[in-house]
Amino acid sequence: MSTYPQDLLYTKEHEWVRFEGNRAHIGITSFAQSELGDIVFVELPAVGKEIRFGDTFGTVESVKTVSDLFAPVTGKIVAINEALQDAPEKVNEDPFGEGWMIVVEVTDKHEAELLTADAYQEVVNE
Amino acid sequence: MDATLESVTSVTTHGENDTRARIITSRFVELSGKWTGEMPKIRYLFFDVRNKKEKVRLVSELLRTPLFAMYEKYGAKVVDFAGFAMPVQFAGIIKEHLAVRTQVGLFDVSHMGEILVEGDHACEEVDFLVTNDVTRLHPGQILYSPMCYEHGGTVDDVLVYCLAKERYIIVVNASNHDKDLAWITKHVNKSKVTDQTDQVALLALQGPKSIAVLSKVTNEDIAAIPYYQFKENITVCGVKTIVSRTGYTGEDGYELYVDAQDAITLFEGLLEAGKEEGIILAGLGARDTLRLEARLPLYGHELTEDLSPLEAGLAMFVKLDQHDFMGKTVLAAQKEQGVKKALVGLELASRSIARAGMNVLVDGQVIGFVSSGTFSPTLEKSIALAFVDPAYRTVGQQLHIEVRGNQVPATVVKTPFYRRKKENQ
Repeated sequence: MSTYPQDLLYTKEHEWVRFEGNRAHIGITSFAQSELGDIVFVELPAVGKEIRFGDTFGTVESVKTVSDLFAPVTGKIVAINEALQDAPEKVNEDPFGEGWMIVVEVTDKHEAELLTADAYQEVVNE
Repeated sequence: MDATLESVTSVTTHGENDTRARIITSRFVELSGKWTGEMPKIRYLFFDVRNKKEKVRLVSELLRTPLFAMYEKYGAKVVDFAGFAMPVQFAGIIKEHLAVRTQVGLFDVSHMGEILVEGDHACEEVDFLVTNDVTRLHPGQILYSPMCYEHGGTVDDVLVYCLAKERYIIVVNASNHDKDLAWITKHVNKSKVTDQTDQVALLALQGPKSIAVLSKVTNEDIAAIPYYQFKENITVCGVKTIVSRTGYTGEDGYELYVDAQDAITLFEGLLEAGKEEGIILAGLGARDTLRLEARLPLYGHELTEDLSPLEAGLAMFVKLDQHDFMGKTVLAAQKEQGVKKALVGLELASRSIARAGMNVLVDGQVIGFVSSGTFSPTLEKSIALAFVDPAYRTVGQQLHIEVRGNQVPATVVKTPFYRRKKENQ
């Protein structure tokens, strides 16, 4: 049984996706934020930018490390979480909620390449 | 995500009985090449989640301090640091950092090495090895010193404890232990050299409330020990220790040397005694952010085989006029001619972190490189130390740091970034 939300899909690089119609909320998982430690900076692209599955769309920086964020879908960014500019710690505190990063208007969901909660759990356990 | 981690390798332990560990991601920064007057070349080695299988180093393969069992008990994230399984954090780097600034934190730094030099000529032989003046030390006193090569580059930076005029302990960085032991053994010919690293554990109790905590578990008047002095054979938590008024955090505090077999008793005793003061366990992550705010150098970053203590701004620990020592000729010439690069403090305009090895630019030209950078939990700003062309060392100088292709504005600021208030001293 997975400890990760069942209604989300995941990447093996530790992003999560929540589909609502043709829109997708995207963030990083509780495992990822825990491995990174205290997050102090989240660099996100501008609204309107097109992103392609697998591309780097931003970076997340913790005290000890910096990580690229990989796009888990293809589409256009329609919103970014502005609150993270002043409060990046929200990613640590609530990674699946207030710590969301971007909303994408999806043109390709790439669902076959995304992982279910249980499959993602296995990646983490590896 | 493709994470990179400087200097330390992230390893995660899985459960009580499973010491299987996994390198999530890591990046080592190495300075290579001989000193030529140019910026040292920097080599990055990237590991990441996708090739972890080739790079895995198990916790069971790493060296352990006598306090290893405490990491699991108190929920540390363990990393490979200089070949030791060490806690990078317990509750979180920022939380631990702020606790040390305002209350008290306890660190296991038993990975540090202790090398005993003894004999009738110990004073002169140790004195020749280091740039600071050991001859002025009386028993009970400590000094900080770089230890240099003939060419002026740095072997290590060490603490020298004077037990007696014929007995000194040199405390060395874990990452340099083997190299230092070989170096000391080679250059100390008339005295006896004994490596005590495996027999000695080292705990650091740091923060404004460390006096209050330590006073509860000893009858000795530890408040009376002056800064950079120590006392031997002090009973703390029922075990015999060396109590040293030193640290690497920029706060008041103590370092306690203890027999390896007594380490857990001391560790648990201090933790229990400090409950009222809000004692917190702190890892190497907080140790690094604390030392950086206090502008304390870290070997491999501000000091290397290619960087001299004069370039690192440590002239006050290089006693050119007082004594003869290894590297003196080159360092004297460097002082005479002026250093070709200078270590400065930087404050970034963005929260983006300047990592070691990143270029420093003025008008698009590379004029230096970052040696250490972090997010300062005290100032809530991104700060860095960088080696720059001395023409750009003035406080207020505007420059840029090249962060993953972007030029982030930064300003040269006064260091240390943080200095503790007088009433705490």
